[in-house]
Amino acid sequence: MSGAIIEELVVISGKGGTGKTSLTASFAVLAGNPVIADCDVDAADLHLVLAPGVRERHEFRGGHEAVIRMEECAGCGICLDYCRFDAVKMIREPNGRPSYAVDQVSCEGCGVCVRFCPARAIDFTERVCGEWMVSATRCGPMIHARLGLAAENSGKLVSIVRREARRIAEDNGIGMIIVDGPPGIGCPVISSLTGASIALVVTEPTVSGEHDLERILALAKHFSVPTAVCVNKWDINPSMTERIEKMAGEADARTVGRIRYDSGVTRAQLRQLAVVETDAPSADDIRHVWDNLVDLNPNP
Amino acid sequence: MKIVFTTSGETLEAPLDGRFGRASKFILYDLEKDYYEVIDNRKSLNSAQGAGIQAAEAMVRAGAGGVVTGHCGPNAFRALSAAGIAIYSCGEPTVAAALEAFRSGALKPMESSDVEGHWI
Amino acid sequence: MILAVASGKGGTGKTTVSVNLARIFGSPVQLLDCDVEEPNSHLFIKGKPDNREIASIKVPEVDESRCDACGECGRLCQYHAIALLGPAPLVFPELCHGCGGCEKVCPRGAIREIDRRIGIVETMEADGITLIQGRLDVGVAMAPPLVRAVKSRLQSGVPAILDAPPGTSCPVIATIRGSDFVALVTEPTPFGLHDLELAVDMVRELGIPFGVVINRVGAGDDRVHAFCGGNKIPVLLEIPDDRRIAEAYSRGELVVDALPEYRSLFSTLLWKIRGSRGKERRAGHVRRDN
Repeated sequence: MSGAIIEELVVISGKGGTGKTSLTASFAVLAGNPVIADCDVDAADLHLVLAPGVRERHEFRGGHEAVIRMEECAGCGICLDYCRFDAVKMIREPNGRPSYAVDQVSCEGCGVCVRFCPARAIDFTERVCGEWMVSATRCGPMIHARLGLAAENSGKLVSIVRREARRIAEDNGIGMIIVDGPPGIGCPVISSLTGASIALVVTEPTVSGEHDLERILALAKHFSVPTAVCVNKWDINPSMTERIEKMAGEADARTVGRIRYDSGVTRAQLRQLAVVETDAPSADDIRHVWDNLVDLNPNP
Repeated sequence: MKIVFTTSGETLEAPLDGRFGRASKFILYDLEKDYYEVIDNRKSLNSAQGAGIQAAEAMVRAGAGGVVTGHCGPNAFRALSAAGIAIYSCGEPTVAAALEAFRSGALKPMESSDVEGHWI
Repeated sequence: MILAVASGKGGTGKTTVSVNLARIFGSPVQLLDCDVEEPNSHLFIKGKPDNREIASIKVPEVDESRCDACGECGRLCQYHAIALLGPAPLVFPELCHGCGGCEKVCPRGAIREIDRRIGIVETMEADGITLIQGRLDVGVAMAPPLVRAVKSRLQSGVPAILDAPPGTSCPVIATIRGSDFVALVTEPTPFGLHDLELAVDMVRELGIPFGVVINRVGAGDDRVHAFCGGNKIPVLLEIPDDRRIAEAYSRGELVVDALPEYRSLFSTLLWKIRGSRGKERRAGHVRRDN
């Protein structure tokens, strides 16, 4: 096991759309050549600002799908009876004979129909459900991925992105990984959080933000990840901002700053720049948040 | 008795991997006969979930009596315990050093998992 | 009519559109909050709680007295949720997808299925709106079974609006499958366009007619308009970038209540969706724009 300590900051939000990715792009600039990992594999956006040059592409295979060989289908319908995921449909052939087909979007690859088909007419093929890339950006190496349509977002692709980011950091003597995390509280978020040095929850001063913050803080605590919170667009509702910061404190999360509502954030995105690469007023707020995060670092 | 060491390499000088379920390889060391073989863990690496369980099944098939690694998640711990395989946490950098630590009796079996699931 | 409101990107205004449409619907309507990881609709539609049920999936339980450790169950399971490691199989319920395979394959009938709680489904009534929402227990990995449980409470014959989670992966698919129409909500920015493209691919794959709602028009540029125009995708509604909307939303207020001048915007959206559906039905088939 390597001796160098690698700090891993994971930026999450609970609720989607609070500004995670915009903030992560700015942190990538401020951190000075970190390894960047985009773990929002379902709807990755960080590359739109960091403009990565892809160096490697790898297929992501996960699970299987059932494919019925129609010529051998005896039309018994056991597959339809047994499928728990509504993934089998009956097709009436021109001669009136029923046969069956699997809807690949709904198929969860459980293999039950494959196992019980009396005619052994079902193939169980490995599914390619996305890809992951190793790239170079103006801020540092970047690992990112694309999950295919309707793929199960089990967190495995997230784990791969994090694992590769760690490997690149170790191989290049880079001491910091910045992770753009996924929204929600499900498996992909869990995969992005476990073992991280610190989680930053980016929230907004709204009833939705407050409600979702409670759940994401509970999740981070459950996985024993030290947590910080910052409120984005705080001046939309100052009293809600204060309530949220109080909630954070009660959950042992540190408040690391507030970022103002600023049209400059969108303008930066339109110019494919991180906010801190422009003179937008909120750039100062973001630098302040970053400085506070660095101060919280348990391994100086 | 056969002891398994999690690793990324293929010789005793290889680093000891801190992970169990997602270690890339295992070195299965036969303490009586003093020889070892390398087991590939790629299948578990490719699992969406349950990597620890799949790796534990591989341990059962290999006839391991114990596993030496860095950390162990909750599913792997439960699976290995059900199979009667002890798990030892070791901070040594190489398989050879970990083997030495095991032989000297310095390693104690873990009583529970020490990291969360999905630990990369 | 079943209308799903989705988006590739989070935070574009799905819930805003869903709850405001429900509010101005004009006749009884069901609002299903399928964002079971972070349900928010109840913050805007405050109703009287009517019903609350625990939602479960089926996971295996092994009767060790009947088990002969043949290992068939572990060999079938694709998710490592049941594995033979000792004298009897071990079950890992949080990995189980509820496929029922192990119970069927066991030659000794030693496996039965029991319920494992994954969350709750709640129903609330508020002024002609029946709000049905699911709330996934924190730490439970899989959302689609709970989404299906929420949808199973749909009453036929009463129109429904489904508020989907963000993204295009399986919880979203589980939400929008079977809908008559999908409204995709986005914002006029690079992130908004990129994620809209992903969402459009998803909806086309499912073969459901759809249109786009552009929120915060004025905050970005016209790339989303250009994309929709170039791909013959109807723009159903444009909501201006009005800070007062953000402020009302932050307080948990409906836009159509706090800023009545926006009522007509949402009424027009509803009218356009009903019109779009009408065109689809008259055409007699589902368009696949590929």
